[in-house]
Amino acid sequence: MALAIRDLDFRYGATPILQGLGTGELPRGELAALVGPNGSGKSTLFRCAAGLLRPRAGSVSLDGADLAGLSQRERARKVFYLSQDTEARVALSVFDIILLARKSLHRGFALAASPEDTRAVEGVIEELGLAPFASRDIATLSGGQRQLAAIGQALVREPDVLLLDEPTSALDVRRQLDVMATIREATRRRGIVTVAAIHDLSLAARFADRVLVMNGGRIAQAGTPESVLAHKAVSETYAVGVHLERSARGTLLVEPYIQVQ
Amino acid sequence: MTAVLPMPASATATADYRRRNAKRLKLVLLGLVALVLALALDVSIGPGNLPLADVLRTLVDPQSAAPRLSVIVWDLRLPIALMALAVGAMLGLSGAGMQTILANPLADPFTLGVSAAATVGASVAIVFGWSVLPGAGPFIVTANAFVFALGASLVLFFMTKLRGVSAETMILVGIALLFTCNAITALLQYRSNEVQLTQIVFWTLGSLARATWGKVGVAAVLIAVALPFFLMRGWALTALRLGDERAESMGVRVDRLRLEILIGTSLLAAVSVSFVGGIGFIGLVGPHIARLLVGEDQRFFLPVATIASAVLLSLASSLSKVITPGVIYPIGIITALIGVPFFISLVMSIRSRAV
Repeated sequence: MALAIRDLDFRYGATPILQGLGTGELPRGELAALVGPNGSGKSTLFRCAAGLLRPRAGSVSLDGADLAGLSQRERARKVFYLSQDTEARVALSVFDIILLARKSLHRGFALAASPEDTRAVEGVIEELGLAPFASRDIATLSGGQRQLAAIGQALVREPDVLLLDEPTSALDVRRQLDVMATIREATRRRGIVTVAAIHDLSLAARFADRVLVMNGGRIAQAGTPESVLAHKAVSETYAVGVHLERSARGTLLVEPYIQVQ
Repeated sequence: MTAVLPMPASATATADYRRRNAKRLKLVLLGLVALVLALALDVSIGPGNLPLADVLRTLVDPQSAAPRLSVIVWDLRLPIALMALAVGAMLGLSGAGMQTILANPLADPFTLGVSAAATVGASVAIVFGWSVLPGAGPFIVTANAFVFALGASLVLFFMTKLRGVSAETMILVGIALLFTCNAITALLQYRSNEVQLTQIVFWTLGSLARATWGKVGVAAVLIAVALPFFLMRGWALTALRLGDERAESMGVRVDRLRLEILIGTSLLAAVSVSFVGGIGFIGLVGPHIARLLVGEDQRFFLPVATIASAVLLSLASSLSKVITPGVIYPIGIITALIGVPFFISLVMSIRSRAV
């Protein structure tokens, strides 16, 4: 029971972005961190996996079933992609937009939210600690708070696959830890597949069950955090040296450094 | 003694949400009351200095009213007053839809050339007497305006479909249409004689005096179909306000939604402009008032924009009759004159009062 991306090929015009990319099997209940330099194709990979872009070749399958045959609506039920852009400033409250993520697939005259919907929204607000600003317009919030609200949208949706594009980029240190722990816990409890693009290698090492290193439109290395981050593929990908260390608390710390020639 | 359990903070958020929705719903109902009051005011004002009581009695019991009263109220004033509401509603809903799908608060069907195309159609009828619909008879100006407005919408539709249905493409094509149509109208005006020129200018001003019961009926049916059509897509339209990509990842088929709403808004604008000419600013100001009152949740925004615009045009219609006693000014002049300063003061004074 897993998500599997195989031989994915995608290009913008003549520029190849993904070149025969395969992730191997990403099992349910596991959080995978996708790391790689800017422009390596992480967001494109997510968009292809979510069905927002059509790859030239390759397949995305969940539990053995190819997702290509699904309508956009059916696919959106299974796969939720949280884009990097969470900056929209509109006159909608945090509660509104989280509820929206549950209702956006709805068409018809059930304009009101069901008790089940509001309970799910309440649960997410509780989980992410959004209550202090849940009734405020997102236009009046900080970038980090808006990002949290967007993560709320991802969690309330209860998809089978969560694709999170830099979900903690605007968050403070405490929020980063809280959100990553919440995401990991939700992934295990719900038995879903979560892939999160993360720039902070220590954060990836700390929370991910497996790490995928992306470079040049391919997965250069994949495996457990310790095995992957120690691999030369990481230093080659980023053109940095990587020093790994366990802290006294047992946490894997990753220290990248610039090598002087 | 009963113990009061503290409510979890998230339940407070739900209570807030419900309270906000109740408030928004109340605003919709208040709007409907304002609609009836504005209609009553509009019907009661006019040349003839009829006492209000007589007007109301004639409305309630037309059989027992004097024939003169009955004609003034039922044949002259009521169609115009209802047309003001209907056209206001059509322009408001159309503007609200356009602003949402184009993510642009300045968009309305008029800024995208639909009205300008209608003027071309009307001018062709006035200058050459050509009808694009055979058998249009006395309705040749209206018929031409409608066909041209719809034609402009189709051009907008197909060019955006061809080029990719982004908000930017739609606006660019719309602006190009607007300037092209304005140029053609200018050319037609240049070729026209004095009488024709006067007719074109008068048509462009927009006037409710062209109202008939038939037109009121068509407009009412269109609103009755279009508003539910838009509301059925309420959640998806709200999602679109967060940006194309986020809406798509929430399962919204953004391209299709844009085209569906474009068809709806175009039809509303084409009918309204062909019936009464160009009436500016209502489709812009009404949605803005709605946004300030109820925010961007389209379930409330769309009906409130519709109602607010209807009330505005109805009030403008009353105003057009009282400025100079005995004279009814074309309503397009009133909405432009009042609309601009009103719009600016609205933008300047109230930053955000969404409930």
